[in-house]
Amino acid sequence: MTDNINSNSVNDNNGIKPNNINNGIKANNIKFIQGNEACVEGALYAGVDFFAGYPITPSTEIAELLSKKLPEKGGKFIQMEDEIASMCAIIGASLTGHKVMTATSGPGFSLKQEALGYACMAEIPCVIVNVQRGGPSTGNPTHVSQGDINQARWGTHGDHAIIALTASNHQDVFEVTVDAFNLAETYRTPVILLFDEVVGHMREKLIIPEKGELPIVDRLRTSVRKGVDYHPYLPREDGRLPMSDFGAEHRYNVTGLFHDMWGFPSNNPQVVRELLHHLVDKIENNVHTITRYKEHYLEGADYILISYGSSARSAIHMAKNRRERGEKVGVLELQSIWPFPEVMVREKCANAKAVIVVEMNMGQVMREVKACVDNPSKVFLANRIDNKLINPTNIKTLLRIIQGRGV
Amino acid sequence: MKRTRFVFSGSGGQGVITAGIILAEAAVIHEGMNATQTQSYGAAARGGSTRSDVIISNQPIYYPEVNQANILVCLTQEAYINYSSTIRPGGLVLTDSRFVKTTKKVDARQIEVPMYDMVMEKIKKPIVFNICMLGALLGITEFVRPTSLMKVIKATVPKDFIELNQNAFELGMELGALYNE
Repeated sequence: MTDNINSNSVNDNNGIKPNNINNGIKANNIKFIQGNEACVEGALYAGVDFFAGYPITPSTEIAELLSKKLPEKGGKFIQMEDEIASMCAIIGASLTGHKVMTATSGPGFSLKQEALGYACMAEIPCVIVNVQRGGPSTGNPTHVSQGDINQARWGTHGDHAIIALTASNHQDVFEVTVDAFNLAETYRTPVILLFDEVVGHMREKLIIPEKGELPIVDRLRTSVRKGVDYHPYLPREDGRLPMSDFGAEHRYNVTGLFHDMWGFPSNNPQVVRELLHHLVDKIENNVHTITRYKEHYLEGADYILISYGSSARSAIHMAKNRRERGEKVGVLELQSIWPFPEVMVREKCANAKAVIVVEMNMGQVMREVKACVDNPSKVFLANRIDNKLINPTNIKTLLRIIQGRGV
Repeated sequence: MKRTRFVFSGSGGQGVITAGIILAEAAVIHEGMNATQTQSYGAAARGGSTRSDVIISNQPIYYPEVNQANILVCLTQEAYINYSSTIRPGGLVLTDSRFVKTTKKVDARQIEVPMYDMVMEKIKKPIVFNICMLGALLGITEFVRPTSLMKVIKATVPKDFIELNQNAFELGMELGALYNE
C-alpha cells in the first residue's frame, strides 16, 4: 500500500523532475501515450490476464490495446456481445483465479450495475474502468464529463460499500490502476476506476516503473487441502477470505442471495445481518488505508480547491499561478472518491476561508464535502457541465467573487 | 525551453493530429521535456476541421489545452479564419500558401510557405504534407532537434515509408530555413 504523496510546496513538480528529466531512466520505459494506454500498462504491470469488454468511446483504446497485448502474454481477451455479458464474464474468470478487468463508459457502466452488485455480494475481485463522457443516456460520446461519481457509489441496488479511484495524470493513472487490482484482491471487491475523456485521450509522458518498484497483491488462496471442507465465506481473523479457484480443488456454491459460510442461500436474520455488516465494514472500516490524495500548495492555504481527474489539472494550474502572486490558494486532489475520505477532507479544510469543489458535474463531490466539513456554508462549486474541460479562468472567476473582488 | 503552446489546425486527413503527436513525442522521448497533446474529437474520420493542441515545457504541464498559441499552424482557410485571432501577441502563424490566403492583420509573424505545392512537385505524395510542415516549422525555429524528430518518424511509420518521410522532412527544413531569423 503506497503512502499518500504530499507535494505541498511552490516547487511542486508532480513527481516529474524539471530539466534532464529522463536521466537514469531506461529509454524503453519512457512512453508518450494516451491515458487509456497508461491504464493498460498499469493493468499489465498488476498482472491482468483476462479482459472481457464491449468497446465504447472514450474507453475504446483500453480494449483495443489489450486485444493485442493480452494474447502476447498468454492472457485472454474476449469481445463480448454487450456490457452485461462482459461484466459477467470477468466475474466468472476472476472466480477461477484470474486478475480481471473490463472497461466502458457511462452507457455501458449503467448496464454493468446488476452484475456489479453480484460481485459485491459474492465478494469477487474485479476492476471496472469507466472513462466518463457526457450523460445521461448516450449523451456526448467524444466529450468530457465527471457525471458518474454517484453512479459508481449507488448504481447498483441495496446497501453495499464500493471502492472508486481516479487520477489526473498518466503516472497516476498507471499507479491507481495497479492500486485498483491490489485493493480488489485485498478486500475481495469490485474496484471502479473513474477516469474521464480528457485523461483517457490526452497524450503525455508515462515512465513505467521497473518490476518490483510498486507492490503487487496476489490472490490469497486457501491453504485448505483438496478433499478437506473449505468454507468460501468464512473470514480469517484479519477479515480476509482466502479463495479457491472455482472448478479446481474444492466444490462450493456462489450466489447473489444472502448466504452462509458455505456460500449457500440463507434468510436466517442473523446470517443476513452479519453478511451485510461484513460487506460494508470491510471497506468503510478501512477508509484511512484506502484513501489516496495529493496536496498541491496546500500548506497554509486560505482557499482550498478540492478536485480530481482532469479538472484537478486546471485547479492546480490556477493555484500555481495564484501562489506565484502571493495568494494562499491550494489544491487537495482526491484520488480515492469512494469510500469518501470524510475525516481527511474535514481536517485539511478546517482552517480554510472557503472550499471550492472543482468538478464537471452539478456538484456530486461538493455534496460529500458539504456533508463532512465543519462549516458547509463555506463550500462552493466551480463546475462546467457543457462537456468542455473546465479551465483555470473559470475557477479564478469564482474565486474572485468569493473573495469579494469581483470578476 | 520555456513553455511553448502549439495549435495545429486543418481538415481531417491532412495529418495535423499526427504531426502534433510526433513533435510532442520527440520532445518527451528524445529531449527530456514534458509535453501534452490533446485534440478535438468528432465523429468524422475525414473532412471537417481538426485541431491538435501541443504544449512543450521543461516544467510540469497541468491544464493541457491551448487558449492562446505561441505557434499556430493553419492548413485550411477555415482553420485560419477560426484561430488566427487567438494567436499570442508576438507569436508565429505558419500557413500553406496553396490553401490559405492570409487576410487578417494579426499581431504575429505570418509565414506563408508553399509546402503542399513543393511536396507535390518534388515528392508527388500528398500523404507526407504534414511531415513537410513539421520540417518547415523546425527550419524556422528548432523547437526540437531535427534528429529527434526523425527518430520518432522512423519509429512510427512503416519501414518502406521512412525515406519518403525523410525527404519530405528535409524539403520542409529547406523551405523553412528561408525564414530562419
